[in-house]
Amino acid sequence: MEILSILIPVSLFLGGVGLVAFFWAMRTRQFDDPAGDAARILTKDWDDRPKPP
Amino acid sequence: MTVVDEIGHIPRAACPACNAAPAAIWAASGPRPGPDARIMLSLPLAHCAACISTVEAALQAVPGVRTARVNLTQKRASIEAAADVTPAQLIAVLAVQGHEAHELDPGLLSTTETDRQGHELLMRLGVAFFAMMNIMLLSVAVWSGASDATRDLFHWISATIALPTVIFAGQPFFRSAWASLRAGRLGMDVPISLALILASTISVFETWMSGHHAYFDAAVMLAFFLLLGRYLDHRTRAIARSAAEELAALEVPRATVLLADGHEEERAITAITVGDTVLVRPGGRMPVDGVVINGASEVDRSLLTGESLPVQAGIGTVVSAGEVNLTGPLTLRVTAAGKDSSLHRMADLVAVAEGAKTRYTSLADRAASLYSPLVHLLSFSAFGYWMWATAGDLRYAINISAAVLIITCPCALGLAVPAVITSASGRLFRKGLLIKHGTALERLAEVDRVIFDKTGTLTLGVPEVTDLAAHPVQAVAVATALAAGSSHPLARALSEGARLAGVQPAPVTDICEEPGQGISGQWQGMSVRLGRADWCGATALPVTATYLRLGDTQTHAFAFTDRPRPGGLAAVQALQAAGLQVELLSGDTAAPVRDLAQRLGITQWQAGVMPAEKAARVAALTAAGHKVLMVGDGLNDTAALAAAHVSISPATALDAARVASDIVLLGQDMAPVADAVRIGRQSARRMVENFLISGAYNIVAVPLALIGLATPLAAALAMSLSSITVSLNAMRLK
Repeated sequence: MEILSILIPVSLFLGGVGLVAFFWAMRTRQFDDPAGDAARILTKDWDDRPKPP
Repeated sequence: MTVVDEIGHIPRAACPACNAAPAAIWAASGPRPGPDARIMLSLPLAHCAACISTVEAALQAVPGVRTARVNLTQKRASIEAAADVTPAQLIAVLAVQGHEAHELDPGLLSTTETDRQGHELLMRLGVAFFAMMNIMLLSVAVWSGASDATRDLFHWISATIALPTVIFAGQPFFRSAWASLRAGRLGMDVPISLALILASTISVFETWMSGHHAYFDAAVMLAFFLLLGRYLDHRTRAIARSAAEELAALEVPRATVLLADGHEEERAITAITVGDTVLVRPGGRMPVDGVVINGASEVDRSLLTGESLPVQAGIGTVVSAGEVNLTGPLTLRVTAAGKDSSLHRMADLVAVAEGAKTRYTSLADRAASLYSPLVHLLSFSAFGYWMWATAGDLRYAINISAAVLIITCPCALGLAVPAVITSASGRLFRKGLLIKHGTALERLAEVDRVIFDKTGTLTLGVPEVTDLAAHPVQAVAVATALAAGSSHPLARALSEGARLAGVQPAPVTDICEEPGQGISGQWQGMSVRLGRADWCGATALPVTATYLRLGDTQTHAFAFTDRPRPGGLAAVQALQAAGLQVELLSGDTAAPVRDLAQRLGITQWQAGVMPAEKAARVAALTAAGHKVLMVGDGLNDTAALAAAHVSISPATALDAARVASDIVLLGQDMAPVADAVRIGRQSARRMVENFLISGAYNIVAVPLALIGLATPLAAALAMSLSSITVSLNAMRLK
């Protein structure tokens, strides 16, 4: 049963990471245009180098 | 109306020199620090990855544009640019790339840009989901036999996750429950809030006492499923609202004002006052009410009266906002603008009628008004009974009444309607119908009468020449040559018809247009004219027609009909097959109305109907117990649209008519109207089924809870199963 003292914090931590990632995605408005984001991945525009900020 | 609208859009991009000038300045001075302008463009045809790239690349290549981003979900582009970049310039750039774009009024769109409420709900949903998953993990361990210290530890960990979650995620329910309590009503949110609070406190108490059952998972799951229903509901509304706003924002209200020194100035309609002089170019819509003080033309009043024949306008003619100027430029003295114009007064009437409509109680409201008292009653009687049966064991009695509340809690009920509406409106959107009102589908299901308007609704408001073959080829050739020089809708229809028939224009010289009368020219040494009957010396026909005079004596009349909207026949037949009675009410004259009614198989029709009579007819049918679906587009239909049980208008309709209707038809095709009725009926049936399904789960689970046999596991199973069944049932819609 001692293993629980590791496993429970680990599972809570991982869940927390997911939650923080979700908050970050919300804050940076990544759910504003689902159709557009799905389509954007298909463009070749910035395949060679990242888009300058 | 489409032809006329298109003409209206062209002049802005007409001068390439103006477009080039700002670019030259910009190139010379480099990027200027200046106030940024935000420009919003609507891109109705954007649909794929390639569209995004081309549009963004084209916009970014325009000097002065800082950022351009396409939102494919909303089919919009938002551009940040230097103040001297005009929307017209960008629209022209996109037109070269083959993309249709329209300017949007960013002021009207600001509310949808930051959809705070939606974000808030989504955030709470995410938190509830995280908590639900983690607590469920711990609960499964408890259910499968964890005991003593382990169980208590798990309960304590669950409590530390669940309590903040319930406080954060439950806020929308607490707030609306409090509001409804203060108003003295028992809304659906009262039992929900009670269940959330009771389940949490009881569970903390049980954990404290090292009890067997804790309902943390149930409380959080409840919050999650209910938030999901709430979010779906909100999103349907937000999409409809943003689309409706977009339709409104499409008409950027500007007018050309003639200043005293003879210069022209573009001004917002709100800045125009009575006594100003306004210029309306051919193809433009009257922005204000006024009197013609200069110019001669014809005006199309079909949106206001339903008449398909253009009316002649000269000095002294009174025109009202919303009419379309057809042939010559008109100068108006403004008699009423903005809030006082006839267009606005009509919109106010609509607002009054709208108020009456919101009194419709939706299926969900009726279910809630039945449900909440019952739930409270059950829970309290369980409490009372067990207090009596166990001779005052408060802990046991509260436990049971909490279990009853949790199990009866309307998880599935909260999803029953939003899931169906989301599914149905998504399906209708793909068919080109936009649901503006949440209860529109339910009301659509009850409809047993359909009333159509003619001009602009069952027809496109675009004339089509009918009897070209009945005239000698030479006459047609001369008429075609004359018509080519004019932008009058009848002339354009004639050119189009001749082109399709393969007629070559005759060599006519000295072509000159007389605004409001017609076109004249010289052919083989005789003077020829195409235009109004009296101007050509012909006798007027009882139908829409234009007249040709060759020399001094010979005349020909070309007759036109309004081009029927595609899918009209299919829609009428499908509606009749569905057992609905279809009627045609038009403000137009008898002949074209009878003709169209016969073509579409509508037996009941009436012509020359005044706007008030249309509304009266709807009211009479309603009084006789019928539920009326009104389909119309004009200002003359607005009162009837607002008075009807449910109403549909095409996207080309006037603003006021669109505001008054519950559903907007986005495409040209009329056939989706029949689909809307079918899907409306289907979704009403699904909603009832969903209520029955969640009721059935309750019938099984509630007795268990009442006799004290409900465990947290049973509550979790009943809740998730019923919610999932209800969502799946909603998705069966076709």
